[in-house]
Amino acid sequence: MSTTSTSATTASGSQERHGAELVFDSVSKRYAAKGRPAVDSLSLNIPAGETVMFVGPSGCGKTTSLKMINRLIEPTSGTITIDGEDIRSKDVDTLRRSIGYVIQGGSLFPHMSVRDNIAMVPRLLKWDKSRIDARVEELLEMVSLEPGRYADRYPRELSGGQQQRVGVARGLAADPPVVLMDEPFGAVDPITRQRLQDELLSIQRELGKTIVCVTHDIDEAIKLGDRILILQEGAQIAQYDTPENILAAPANEFVEDFVGAGSSLKALSLSRVDEVELQETTTARVGEDARAALARARSAGDRGVVILDDRHRPIAWPSLRELQYMDRIPATRDDRLPVVDRRATLNDALDEMLAASQDGIIVTGQRDDYRGIVRFEQVTAYVQEANRNAERAAMSRLSTQEQQRVDAEQPSGATVDADRERVEPDATAEDLR
Amino acid sequence: MSTEVLDTAPAPETGKRLSREQVILLVGLPLAVAAIFAVWFIWWRTADLDDIEARALTGEAIRAMLWEHIKLTLVGTAIVVATAIPMGIALTRPGLRRLSPLVVGFANMGQSAPVIGLLVLFAMWLGFGFWVAVLGLCLYAFLPVLRNTIVGLQQVDPTLIEAARGMGMSPLAVLTKVELPLAVPVIMSGVRTALVLLVGTASLATFINAGGLGGLITTGINLFRFPILVSGALLIALLALLIDWAGRVLEAFTRPKGV
Ligand SMILES: Nc1ncnc2c1ncn2[C@@H]1O[C@H](COP(=O)(O)OP(=O)(O)OP(=O)(O)O)[C@@H](O)[C@H]1O
Ligand SMILES: [Mg+2]
Repeated sequence: MSTTSTSATTASGSQERHGAELVFDSVSKRYAAKGRPAVDSLSLNIPAGETVMFVGPSGCGKTTSLKMINRLIEPTSGTITIDGEDIRSKDVDTLRRSIGYVIQGGSLFPHMSVRDNIAMVPRLLKWDKSRIDARVEELLEMVSLEPGRYADRYPRELSGGQQQRVGVARGLAADPPVVLMDEPFGAVDPITRQRLQDELLSIQRELGKTIVCVTHDIDEAIKLGDRILILQEGAQIAQYDTPENILAAPANEFVEDFVGAGSSLKALSLSRVDEVELQETTTARVGEDARAALARARSAGDRGVVILDDRHRPIAWPSLRELQYMDRIPATRDDRLPVVDRRATLNDALDEMLAASQDGIIVTGQRDDYRGIVRFEQVTAYVQEANRNAERAAMSRLSTQEQQRVDAEQPSGATVDADRERVEPDATAEDLR
Repeated sequence: MSTEVLDTAPAPETGKRLSREQVILLVGLPLAVAAIFAVWFIWWRTADLDDIEARALTGEAIRAMLWEHIKLTLVGTAIVVATAIPMGIALTRPGLRRLSPLVVGFANMGQSAPVIGLLVLFAMWLGFGFWVAVLGLCLYAFLPVLRNTIVGLQQVDPTLIEAARGMGMSPLAVLTKVELPLAVPVIMSGVRTALVLLVGTASLATFINAGGLGGLITTGINLFRFPILVSGALLIALLALLIDWAGRVLEAFTRPKGV
């Protein structure tokens, strides 16, 4: 996020409504009288202000569970409450106007400008015009789209990623305490998806909404979720826990299979680029004498030079060989420059390195200014380190759980908090061996 | 943000709604019609017409017939639009959706029946005159508008409708703000089809005494006067082209921006 957007939101940030608690109480949905229900007695507590990711195999009932929250689908039985209030107690349109809804591809209305799309719910709520205009600008800035350039465009004049951003802005428009997202970033390429995820993270850090987000992508769930809900056929909870705990101690084989073998690699999605030490490398300014830069790089032992524009933003990263033939540093921008925000995950950094087939990546900070680089070896070292830590953590978890079981078996034993995580201590202990 | 730089967005083309071919058509067609009309007009002013021809082709008579023809077409279209579009909307609402094949089948019969037969039948039943002709014509032109309204509404992306509902729009608001604007291009092409059908079939109105340029053709045939016959045919063709053109203009300007 750039500072402009940050300051824009904090300016009115104090007025932003924070999240609300969301509770499912034995909610079921049956589409057909016969056969298995799509959602079978789901009970779930989503704490206020948290991001919960719903993951699970296709057809397990994620979308159905999500749409029951804004009553696009009515449960067959059970109740859902928002901050203790039954969602059926209000008029359905009033309820929906208080819940943000973001769907795949943005689902923008093609005949409305970006501004009109975002202003939809505020207009339904009869906000006055100046308030709506201010809100549209604020939101566009929040999702890194310059209002002057984009507000009056039509959706087809935007790229997929930009449409998706507008979709997110539209979902947040009326400042709803709860935001529902159904595979919000499913339709964009991996690099754009990663950026959108980073933006959502920083927006969420500021706004503290309750976000329920459906995804197919376990990496996305690990990256974005405060908690992850892993569902099985019929919306049966396989595990509901923090990403760290799910990675360290999958509740059963299903979760283990679902999370995938490389859980140490998955841990990369939990770590941010700024958690590793950034490396220095030779930099040069546009227009500078290329030979001087070359000499500096040689004496520093670097293999390339990061070119910065007048605002200290990296624009290219030529090798020394490419530099040899230049007099002055050119202002050419390399579109495939491997660069990540310092708050991106190490997983994203690795992805970009592989995509650009470079063994390092440039890290930027606020306003895209250059911060340093991360080398491939640093990432692998980090994985090994994380691996060792995870093993150690799993071992100690195992022993505490065994201890707890022993305690629970004591007639006078204190109540065990293990249920909170819905982890069967036995299963975990078995599976981890 | 770097994201802005990296996202490749197509250049904005707000306000540009027409392709080049469309522009050529929209400007060229009336010019061509005007040119052909001018040629006919010069012939009409200078030709050496016999008595019968001169009487059939007075300026006054032609103007009257032309006006009747336009009236038949426009009144017919107005009635069709006012009935077929609401009916199409009703037939795409959840409650009535099941009826739509039935109604479309009925409208299909209306269109496949020969118009002349329809007109004569109505005349025998209801008498001769303008409004009976309009009724027959409407029945004939009802189908394209009804079918296009239904198709136009059905082809609106259901996820958009669900998004609109999910954001808290009432069903009526979804219809007027999302479904109809997105269906307008398809509906309008149905309206243009209706206009073109009506302007052609209005030529038959003369058989039940409802006027129109068809009168020139029947007179020309009955009296074996080639100039009258050709004038009638030519004027009908030019009017049809012009009406089609007006339909296209209407289509272009009712199409919502951004679609
Ligand atoms: N409208 C419907 N009518 C009948 N069955 C439905 C309907 N919608 C969903 N289902 C069924 O309910 C089950 C759960 O569907 P749901 O859309 O919630 O799955 P999902 O977890 O979102 O899947 P995906 O990951 O593929 O989007 C599936 O077996 C699906 O076939
Ligand atoms: Mg789904």
